[in-house]
Amino acid sequence: MSRTLLSGNEAVAQGAWAAGASVGAGYPGTPSTEALESFARKTGVYAEWAPNEKVALEVVSGASFGGARAIATMKHVGLNVAADPLFTLAYTGVGGGIVIFVADDPGMHSSQNEQDSRNYAAFARVPLLEPSDSQEALYFTKRAFEISEEFDIPVLVRSTVRLSHAKGLVETGERRVPERDEYQKDLGKWVMMPAMARCRRADLDRRVADLAAFGETTDLNSVEIRDRSVGIVCGGVVYEYVREALPEVSVLKLGMTFPLPPALVRSFAEQVDTVYTIEEADPYLDRQLRQLGIEPGTLDLPAAGELSPGAIRRAFGMAEPELREPEEGLPARPPMMCPGCPHRPVFATLRKLHAVVTGDIGCYTLGALPPLSAMDSCVCMGASLGMAHGMSLVGGAGEKRPVVGVIGDSTFAHSGVTGLMDMVYNGGNATVVILDNRITAMTGHQGNPINGVTLQNRTSRELELEPLVRALGVEHVRTVDPHEMASVEEALREAIDFDGVSVLITRAPCALLVREHPTPYAVDVDACTACGVCIRLGCPAISKADLSKADIDVSLCVGCGQCVQVCRYGAIVHTGPACDLGDV
Amino acid sequence: MSDVVTVMLAGVGGQGTILAADVLAKVAAAAGLDVKLSEVHGMAQRGGSVDTVVRFGERVYSPVTDPGMVDHLVSFEVIEAARRIHYVKPEGRLLVNSRTVQPMPVLIGDSPTPFGMEAVLADEGAVFIDADELACEAGSPKSANIVLMGALSFGLGFDETLWREVISARVPPKTVEANLRAFELGRQACERGECEL
Repeated sequence: MSRTLLSGNEAVAQGAWAAGASVGAGYPGTPSTEALESFARKTGVYAEWAPNEKVALEVVSGASFGGARAIATMKHVGLNVAADPLFTLAYTGVGGGIVIFVADDPGMHSSQNEQDSRNYAAFARVPLLEPSDSQEALYFTKRAFEISEEFDIPVLVRSTVRLSHAKGLVETGERRVPERDEYQKDLGKWVMMPAMARCRRADLDRRVADLAAFGETTDLNSVEIRDRSVGIVCGGVVYEYVREALPEVSVLKLGMTFPLPPALVRSFAEQVDTVYTIEEADPYLDRQLRQLGIEPGTLDLPAAGELSPGAIRRAFGMAEPELREPEEGLPARPPMMCPGCPHRPVFATLRKLHAVVTGDIGCYTLGALPPLSAMDSCVCMGASLGMAHGMSLVGGAGEKRPVVGVIGDSTFAHSGVTGLMDMVYNGGNATVVILDNRITAMTGHQGNPINGVTLQNRTSRELELEPLVRALGVEHVRTVDPHEMASVEEALREAIDFDGVSVLITRAPCALLVREHPTPYAVDVDACTACGVCIRLGCPAISKADLSKADIDVSLCVGCGQCVQVCRYGAIVHTGPACDLGDV
Repeated sequence: MSDVVTVMLAGVGGQGTILAADVLAKVAAAAGLDVKLSEVHGMAQRGGSVDTVVRFGERVYSPVTDPGMVDHLVSFEVIEAARRIHYVKPEGRLLVNSRTVQPMPVLIGDSPTPFGMEAVLADEGAVFIDADELACEAGSPKSANIVLMGALSFGLGFDETLWREVISARVPPKTVEANLRAFELGRQACERGECEL
């Protein structure tokens, strides 16, 4: 059979499709995003971006209660948002199978924390599957739907960045849609009032016990006995690292890491001299082994961040490869806002006004980095608004500095609306800037309720921010084009001076959505006085050249003209394109 | 495991390392090998330092690699090559696009401009190729990544037809011709001995 190169995310989508899932819902978040995007492109399925992960899981629950198989997708921190329905869904169980795909980010390549989603499985008492490569991502997702229905429980399928964004060869197979049972009214199962919930709570323990028994014999777990002096217990992509680093050792590969099969684990531990757990993020397996009365050996492995085959080889004292001398003292290369980014003038102005800025999650978080350095906090989706309110309540910014909460369009829809509602309801006085760049940009350009673009291009409508914000009770609402820097400053000053909650909406499309660019600019070196104002915009096209004068890289410049507006010497002028080869 | 070849593609977010890696992985798969690829999306893609790893052979376990384990480092940018020099095996190959993109701390004067990077890399045996220039010559400034794949292909032994088939299927339809030319120009640069192994 021919094999296709699929990422872990694509393979999860393929598995859900093959299992006959007909509904998918999620919220974009690296490294999970492509799972739902890929699912949405398949035939015979409905897929949607929801405003947030909680809503996505609720949509999936409704589809399941109605008898269909359905999948919810999210990143690890998204599962916090969806945790509320998750815990009670463990009680109700399912109609059609429910799979919740969650992608963790050990090492925090694109996240604000490193939380280990495996803990949610034990916490909510739902089964947890951990595929180790793309082929397993497909197979395990398919099996997850079967397990969900057989044991009447939602199933977590957990990935990490090195599964989600790794590609491997996969045999794909066909789709089979199972017969659907019609919805049956059943108060004892679907209505979790205390009396019914108590019954389901007891039933949940029975289901988890059944799952543990299932784990003893399922092909999702496998025992590989080789050299008996060392036995490793592991799951997920870490299994691949172990096989690469230690090809001779015995391995208990756990594909289902909650609940653990006690007899299988004990029997493995008895067959080897020393048993070790190897895992990223939390000592999750280690704790479970200890609960079973097994004392794993200790290894010197990093407690945070990612593992690699090399880290495992080192922990076992194996010979290090011969290394070239690393090159020290190189400048760091942090990510940055693109040339022409509409967020840049807003942060340049906030810096000028010495605002204390509570920030949020998105490309605009880059406004915290030099040279803009115009964001003071970033915690979680939607936090900017509640935090701006809290900080202004206690006068935390001092008398002279305004407090401004800055949030993107998609993040505002995700969980900013309630923060703004709170601010108005409780008579707050902070200023809010909504950066509406018409897209969910950082995760790779997804639609959202504000721009009205849906995942499968179904007809929708844009959510108009101005009437929404006014309906929440905000009296001062203004909208400006962020590329017009004088208007941004004037509007921001007005909003800050307003006594009460004020909202400034800055609206211009993400620079990467703009296909046709005006002529790029260049620096007239005779006119340039090396004042450095344009450099402090932090545009990747502008650099400090000889005698500290500015230089513009015409191959990067998109002609947005932001720098022209800050130059007081008329030193930034038009020039011709760099490599004019037409439309290629 | 010793038959597994590890290629690291390094560059600056947005330079097209992901597409190039995808092409390489598909060529290896078409040649009947097992293959794994690992990349990073999200925050780093906004102009940050990025790398993608492609590993192929009879049976590949880990999608990621470690210092001292890379057979071929293909860097789309000079500083990013220097940043990963210790990943390359002593006998490994370094193929570097002779282009420097200064990172933000340098652009704004917070960090000194690194000097002499080319010389350091040349000492380590790096071979330079002007991929951006050749990409312009091929007809698409965005095809520098495929120029580099052309240069890399000369050292890997996969059939040239496989490369052409995969590139044609993988790049946007309007750019197939330019990308095939880019591949050819990269490969020829090596055939002429301008990027000797």
